[in-house]
Amino acid sequence: MQTEPMNSVEAAAEATRRQVRIASRLSAWAASGSPWVWLNAAAIATSLIAVVGLLVFIAAHGLGHFWPKAIMEAIYAQPDGTRSQIIGEFQGHEVVPAERLRGTGIMLPPEVTTAARSLIKVGNRDALGFDFRWVLDDWLVDTRYPEDLVAIERREWGNFFGYLRSVEENGTTIATGPAAWEVLQARVQRAQALAAQIRRIEKDEIGSINYRMERLRLAERRIELQGTPDVTEQADIAAERAALNSEYQNLQGRLTALHEAIARDSLTAEIMGNRSVAVPLSSVVRAYQPNAMSLFDKVGFYVSKIWEFVSAEPREANTEGGIFPAIFGTVMMVMLMSVFVTPFGVVAAVYLREYARQGPLTRLIRIAVNNLAGVPSIVYGVFGLGFFVYFLGGSIDRLFFTEALPTPTFGTSGILWASLTLAILTVPVVIVATEEGLARVPRAVREGSLALGATKAETLWRTVLPMASPAMMTGLILAVARAAGEVAPLMLVGVVKLAPSLPLDGDAPFLHLDRKFMHLGFHIYDVGFQSPNVEAARPLVYATALLLVVIIILLNLSAIAIRNRLREKYRALDH
Amino acid sequence: MNQNSTPTHAIDLSAIKRDRRHRDLASEDVCLEVKNLDLYYGNKQALKRINMTIPRQRVSAFIGPSGCGKSTLLRCFNRMNDLVDGVRIDGTIELDGVNIYDRQVNVSSLRRRVGMVFQKPNPFPKSIYENVAYGLRIQGINSRRTLDEVVKKALKCAALWDEVKDRLHDNALGLSGGQQQRLVIARAIAIEPEVLLLDEPASALDPISTLKIEELIYELKDRYTIVIVTHNMQQAARVSDYTAFMYMGELVEYADTDTIFTNPRRKQTEDYITGRYG
Repeated sequence: MQTEPMNSVEAAAEATRRQVRIASRLSAWAASGSPWVWLNAAAIATSLIAVVGLLVFIAAHGLGHFWPKAIMEAIYAQPDGTRSQIIGEFQGHEVVPAERLRGTGIMLPPEVTTAARSLIKVGNRDALGFDFRWVLDDWLVDTRYPEDLVAIERREWGNFFGYLRSVEENGTTIATGPAAWEVLQARVQRAQALAAQIRRIEKDEIGSINYRMERLRLAERRIELQGTPDVTEQADIAAERAALNSEYQNLQGRLTALHEAIARDSLTAEIMGNRSVAVPLSSVVRAYQPNAMSLFDKVGFYVSKIWEFVSAEPREANTEGGIFPAIFGTVMMVMLMSVFVTPFGVVAAVYLREYARQGPLTRLIRIAVNNLAGVPSIVYGVFGLGFFVYFLGGSIDRLFFTEALPTPTFGTSGILWASLTLAILTVPVVIVATEEGLARVPRAVREGSLALGATKAETLWRTVLPMASPAMMTGLILAVARAAGEVAPLMLVGVVKLAPSLPLDGDAPFLHLDRKFMHLGFHIYDVGFQSPNVEAARPLVYATALLLVVIIILLNLSAIAIRNRLREKYRALDH
Repeated sequence: MNQNSTPTHAIDLSAIKRDRRHRDLASEDVCLEVKNLDLYYGNKQALKRINMTIPRQRVSAFIGPSGCGKSTLLRCFNRMNDLVDGVRIDGTIELDGVNIYDRQVNVSSLRRRVGMVFQKPNPFPKSIYENVAYGLRIQGINSRRTLDEVVKKALKCAALWDEVKDRLHDNALGLSGGQQQRLVIARAIAIEPEVLLLDEPASALDPISTLKIEELIYELKDRYTIVIVTHNMQQAARVSDYTAFMYMGELVEYADTDTIFTNPRRKQTEDYITGRYG
């Protein structure tokens, strides 16, 4: 009885000692700085995971789209006894509460709480009315992957899935059964070649004639507006127009012949539900049998699909085909912006740092410039629309393009105004970076140049600016990174969903700054949210996003490479 | 008794070369003449009533403690102080009888006549060749043959030619500190100035490089009027014909080097050269 309180006192003392020991060890650990190092490492690790995770996520979703998917054939047996055939590609899989399915009229036994369902791309929108269909996994029976199932990519109505039955020429069957496949491949190639010819004539040659006709019309109108009609000039115009017209007739003739030739062949196939459908070969982009393809074939197919994606023009409201015009528009817009922003920002920075008297006013200007970088980009879009498009563009039209009015030439959104708007958006970045670069050029070097009899301007041109050029490149890198990803202001000043022609082509004056253009960032928005077939377009959203990231990285890497070379060249004095 | 008359020296007097003994400032040909020069940084007066003459084709050294105004005075000769904000200068400096602070004087052409070498070597981040050719290119001389000739001559003159003749087109920043400083001197003499201002040209260099620079100064003396600012009294004694001692913005004493180091007239000078200063 006596010892117990003693023991508890000792135990309490021991506990206190232990606490003190732990506390002192903790504080020693804190003093060693390792918690701080761990915290820093954790922050870096989190950032890395975020960046890598983002890229992997986008890449996995985007790049998977181009791999040829197997086509399955199955019987969909519903509990009410109806059995129907389903042919299509598995697109997705999810588990949903049974309640939700009952709400849509699907009869499930009362004890079922959740059900697994799959999204099947059944294609054949022209025949079935829908591309996608949800099916309950439990009701899907007898799933097979027959090798002779054919997938056909078409110029319209989306993909086609079915069994090839026969190939026809001018309505008469020339091949049936297994032999039809070989015949089909050869004829698809012929149709492809013809389609390419048609496209070239329609797009390039007739497009060029149209462009020249429009220029003639404007020239004529200009003469008319001048009030003193010059007879010889008018005669020239008439002659030229006659020449263009005959050229056009000639092309039109060739076009008719080509259209007849391409309409020669068609195929008949059996689609799901045992329906027989005829497909003209003129609408076929490619036909393949995914279930019969070897891995090697699939890789080849994959590469050609990716190449199509980056090099071809979009089809079917941007949900099929490639995105080349958007890549071209993005890169060209960024380059134009760089051409505007670099000299402007550098000149402004030189004045601010080298010539302006440093005082409260320059400090105020510097603060204002820094704050400009924080203005929301849509505000720049509104400014660009009001100032560049309506005011500047409108004035240019009234002064130089009166013959085209009331159709605006520069008085409407276009790549020039988009580039200028983004240049204004990014000019603070270039100014700030250049100013820092100028401030870092050692005083000793400037004095060395001045002491040799150089004036201030000569010193700037020959020594200071070259030494500050890596900093200018840094500014440009930051500007490009910001501008390439910007979408909101562009929607107001020049981006369109589908541009009929590129801003750079073979018609004089080659660079058409007044044209509207496509942009990857806007393309993502458009395909993802404005497209009539969102399910079909979703993988393209990821693929386009990946491409946008890759292009920005490439633009940045090239700028960084240039900067590093300049740095090496103008390595500042190391003391 | 003897010990009292000649001050105990901190430096080796044998450094003063025999041929320079007993020169007379009054009999020299005047190159630069400073008259009643006052210089203010804002409200602070940095130079007070300076009056002196710099003799032609001689080496004049300015010595004195830090902040005494010797570098400021040197930078007045090529108007380098114009670059400093808030500087005001009264009085005149005449180069060959023409006031360089006159309104009509073109500063760039003045600086072509009065070259300068700074404390730290400051080559441009360009090739050795382009560094030396810089001053000529500024003057619009771009003929390859002329440039080649002048670059070679200037580098030889600065005793750098043998070390760099095989790598004229390498970056000048790859040279050692001493080589860089000689390159900067070559760059200055490539444009054939009349006066060469050296602002502590060897203070950032090792002893061997310093020796080379001093030998170079000795050789250049025949062709240029040289003004050198130095902290190192031994150096002043070794290279200069005339020495000016400055203190707190004033010119305390100015005479031939021999006199300054062996028989200074002012107590302050004596204290400084004997190391009793401070």
